Amino acid sequence: MNGTARHRILRGCRALALAASMLGAPALACTDAPRGTGDLGLIVERAAGRLQLVETTGLTALGAIDGLGDLSHASLVYSRDARYAFVFGRDGGLTKVDLLCRRIEARVLQAGNSIGGAISQDGRLVAVANYAPGGVKVFSSDTLELLADIPAEYEPGKRAKVVGLEDATDGRFVFSLFEAGEIWVADVREPRAPRITRLRNIGAQPYDALVTPDGRWYIAGLFGEDGLALLDLWEPEKGVRRILDGYGRGQEPLPVYKMPHLEGWAIAGRHAWLPAIGRHEVLVVDADTWQEVARIPVAGQPVFVMARPDGRQVWVNFALPHNDVVQVIDTHTRALVETLHPGKAVLHLEFTPRGEAVWISARDDDKVVVYDTATLAPRATLPADKPSGIFFTSRAGRIGL
Amino acid sequence: MPARHLELRHLVEHDCGSCHGMTLAGGLGPPLTPSALEGKPLEYIEAMILRGRPGSAMPAWDAMLSEDDARWIARYLKAGTRK
Ligand code: HEC
Repeated sequence: MNGTARHRILRGCRALALAASMLGAPALACTDAPRGTGDLGLIVERAAGRLQLVETTGLTALGAIDGLGDLSHASLVYSRDARYAFVFGRDGGLTKVDLLCRRIEARVLQAGNSIGGAISQDGRLVAVANYAPGGVKVFSSDTLELLADIPAEYEPGKRAKVVGLEDATDGRFVFSLFEAGEIWVADVREPRAPRITRLRNIGAQPYDALVTPDGRWYIAGLFGEDGLALLDLWEPEKGVRRILDGYGRGQEPLPVYKMPHLEGWAIAGRHAWLPAIGRHEVLVVDADTWQEVARIPVAGQPVFVMARPDGRQVWVNFALPHNDVVQVIDTHTRALVETLHPGKAVLHLEFTPRGEAVWISARDDDKVVVYDTATLAPRATLPADKPSGIFFTSRAGRIGL
Repeated sequence: MPARHLELRHLVEHDCGSCHGMTLAGGLGPPLTPSALEGKPLEYIEAMILRGRPGSAMPAWDAMLSEDDARWIARYLKAGTRK
């Protein structure tokens, strides 16, 4: 950058800070120099109730944001400009965090017990899925003002836990009701008056769901039976179809010590790679016909099955007692190419935007290990206090994340 | 505290916590706080831990935990020694 351009940008920032202070807003204690957010990410340090801000270019930690309450199993989504994160805590806290200024913008305690959330396609709304009291709440992403409350009341007086809340196209959120076995589509184009479409009898105990990267398919995993519920969001009126029905019939399923997470389900090329529940297998499904095409035996019960952004590799972590390994599958040959030992209690993996590296959290070793996905060798280790989820800002531009 | 008990405490917080909440205030599974477990006998809790509840998401832990382990966890939950 030449001197004049740099000067102009700096002056621009200073002018902004000045304008803010004239308006009575606190002066921006933001980054020293202007920077983009495209290579930033947040690591959840659950025990400390803290987020670590990291950057994936130089593989460094930039700072921490404290005071987020109970962050066990917390997840987050990004604003469309990838400057703000909306953090969903298990304690029902919803916190808006400014990455550049490294501070909390707004925070509300919106329920007793929540599981995750989503941001709308246009970025204006943040929705939170709650276990207790079961339902979905919709907030303004700007102010965190509550705009709509959707109780998951499936029978008079009975509310279900909400799981698998995803953003979809055309102003919709989609979610599943655990106890009720239903999928609800909420049209929130009029945020204060959401319109709900209920799809019933989708299968027993949906426990999580995903929207495919193209935004067309909503798939809910079923705990109560073998198989998955598939909804075509282009034609929701046609109802829910069962896929992979009875994929494990005739075998005694293993005890499931940890629910798989489906948000990470990998779509690589024309195939979807899914964790089998209660089995040591990854399932490969043709995403045109939704027929099973293969099963890959793996080291344990898969939790996250994540595709490198180009779809060439799938990385898998596992439930107890195999939660110290990560396996890499070549999607081209469907061969297991590597078994890695990043550390104790591997909880999450996240690829950099273009997939040259993957960051892996090892909770019980208090570290995050970065692997080169071409050589499968570790490139860096970052200390972190009981790290769980890792989230890069490239999620901001993707539907269903 | 003996090493095994430290391990079990860790397991309760994190691995039971993934369904019951890290503070055991409830999640996909019901709360396991002393008040929630009031009136439920130790034997019931032990049996639930070892055998799970078929048809629900509560798994049987007998492949990973001994009867002694389950007994210790049941007491630990009832006592609510954690904050
Ligand atoms: C994969 C999810 C999951 C995990 C992991 C899990 N539980 Fe559960 N647990 C449940 C569910 C769901 C129920 C409710 C079962 C029902 O009655 O339908 C339950 C019920 C229970 C109950 C009975 C509570 C009552 O009020 O009757 C106890 C006790 C219990 N779990 C203890 C544990 C312990 C201890 C661990 C860890 C060693 C654990 N659970 C791990 C899902 C889980």
